[in-house]
Amino acid sequence: MTATAWKHKDLLGIQELSATEINLLLDTATAFKQVGERPIKKVPSLRGKTMVNLFIEPSTRTRTSFELAAKRLSADVINITATASSIVKGETLKDTALNLQALNADIIVIRHSAAGAAHFLARLLKASVINAGDGAHEHPTQALLDAFTIREKKGRIKGLKVTILGDILYSRVARSNIWLLTKLGAHVTLAGPSTLVPRVFEEFGCRVTYDVEEAIRDADVINLLRIQHERQRQTMFPSIGEYTAMFGLNKERFTRTKPDALIMHPGPINRGVEIDSEIADCSRSVILEQVTNGLAVRMAVLFLCSGGKPAAEGAK
Amino acid sequence: MDAATLGRALVRMAHEIVERNPEPDSLAFIGIRTHGVPLAQRLAMEVGEILKRKFSVGEIDISMHRDDLALRNAPPQVGPSQIAFDLTDKTLVLVDDVLFTGRTIRAAMDEISDFGRPQRIQLAILIDRGHRELPIRPDYVGKNVPTAPDERVRVRLAEIDGKDEVVIER
Repeated sequence: MTATAWKHKDLLGIQELSATEINLLLDTATAFKQVGERPIKKVPSLRGKTMVNLFIEPSTRTRTSFELAAKRLSADVINITATASSIVKGETLKDTALNLQALNADIIVIRHSAAGAAHFLARLLKASVINAGDGAHEHPTQALLDAFTIREKKGRIKGLKVTILGDILYSRVARSNIWLLTKLGAHVTLAGPSTLVPRVFEEFGCRVTYDVEEAIRDADVINLLRIQHERQRQTMFPSIGEYTAMFGLNKERFTRTKPDALIMHPGPINRGVEIDSEIADCSRSVILEQVTNGLAVRMAVLFLCSGGKPAAEGAK
Repeated sequence: MDAATLGRALVRMAHEIVERNPEPDSLAFIGIRTHGVPLAQRLAMEVGEILKRKFSVGEIDISMHRDDLALRNAPPQVGPSQIAFDLTDKTLVLVDDVLFTGRTIRAAMDEISDFGRPQRIQLAILIDRGHRELPIRPDYVGKNVPTAPDERVRVRLAEIDGKDEVVIER
């Protein structure tokens, strides 16, 4: 049996991964996707391990997906949400994490509103730390499942034209996707209101445009992002209605996309805002397949980060 | 072991499989990735020649069922298992190149049971090198090769390595 080149105990972001490591994760996810299609959808790889879902920010998809991924690998799972924990009593993130480690948690999946929260925990803990979204910084498993879905549908990533449309500035999904797609050789175009798509993103190796029609015309993949109201300190555009009129993917714009362009959205979708309801449900929309693939990708992440001797990443 | 000896061993094993299974309707083959897969295909073909019929061949990857995930230096490369037929009431011939501790076979049987409930599982092994750590015994053996624990038995097959041969490396 061949060993892999995976050397990480944590998955903190896409930025620190190589193209080889990203492809290894996607290949491993292919194997785990097939587990979900068996009569018995469970394998014993993580038997006896404990995973803690530490979600300081709300989530349905990501938290459920991580929980199910861990259970399909036979790990035990504990869920902690900010409102139902001692965080409301004033406990710091560091103390919460050290307490979880004292309970012998092997894997901690963290979502936090502060960028760098996962990196902070990874430096502090012996347990594996998986970033499930840190502020507007990174959401690595989302980018991996997006790439997995693109690769499955289009057969490749290299050379594809991917347009990310919407709130780029406040989106961790956008940043992780940009890093991943450019590492794998896709051409990334960012589009949206100029207040939410600053020119500085060109330094990430992608193209910035404010012309939606031009951004979607040649795209092989259109990834729509939600407006992150919870992160905006002031209003970045006049009104939701105006955003929808100028940047929403409506039926008229949809007819001007390539006939085989994939429509993607990380969820939660706001029907009638960034995407027309009928387009979200059309045959070219892979929004629900993204959710299915997310489970396989997260199983692969948990499997790879739990494999190998702890010393592989250096003593803590 | 050269290509001719390996070929003769497989033909003999095929005859033993026919002899042991008077009702071949339920017979199917499962190869353990990587080298068990071409061996399972060859055995299925040899048995098919004798009985003038075709048999299903599946392949499994046992990495998810190993008990030493955290003990290895790096996580293993995992591939999907492919069993495109119903296992219920089948007699499965599980095929691998080398039998050593028996742990791979234990993991393979666990993997198979995730897909269904075969009537029975028989084990066909090209090289049995001894040193079992679990109570597992093959039904069909190509060749018994006494080895030292620190030796490596390397099976090369034309489909993967370009030629058929078995060598012992120190």
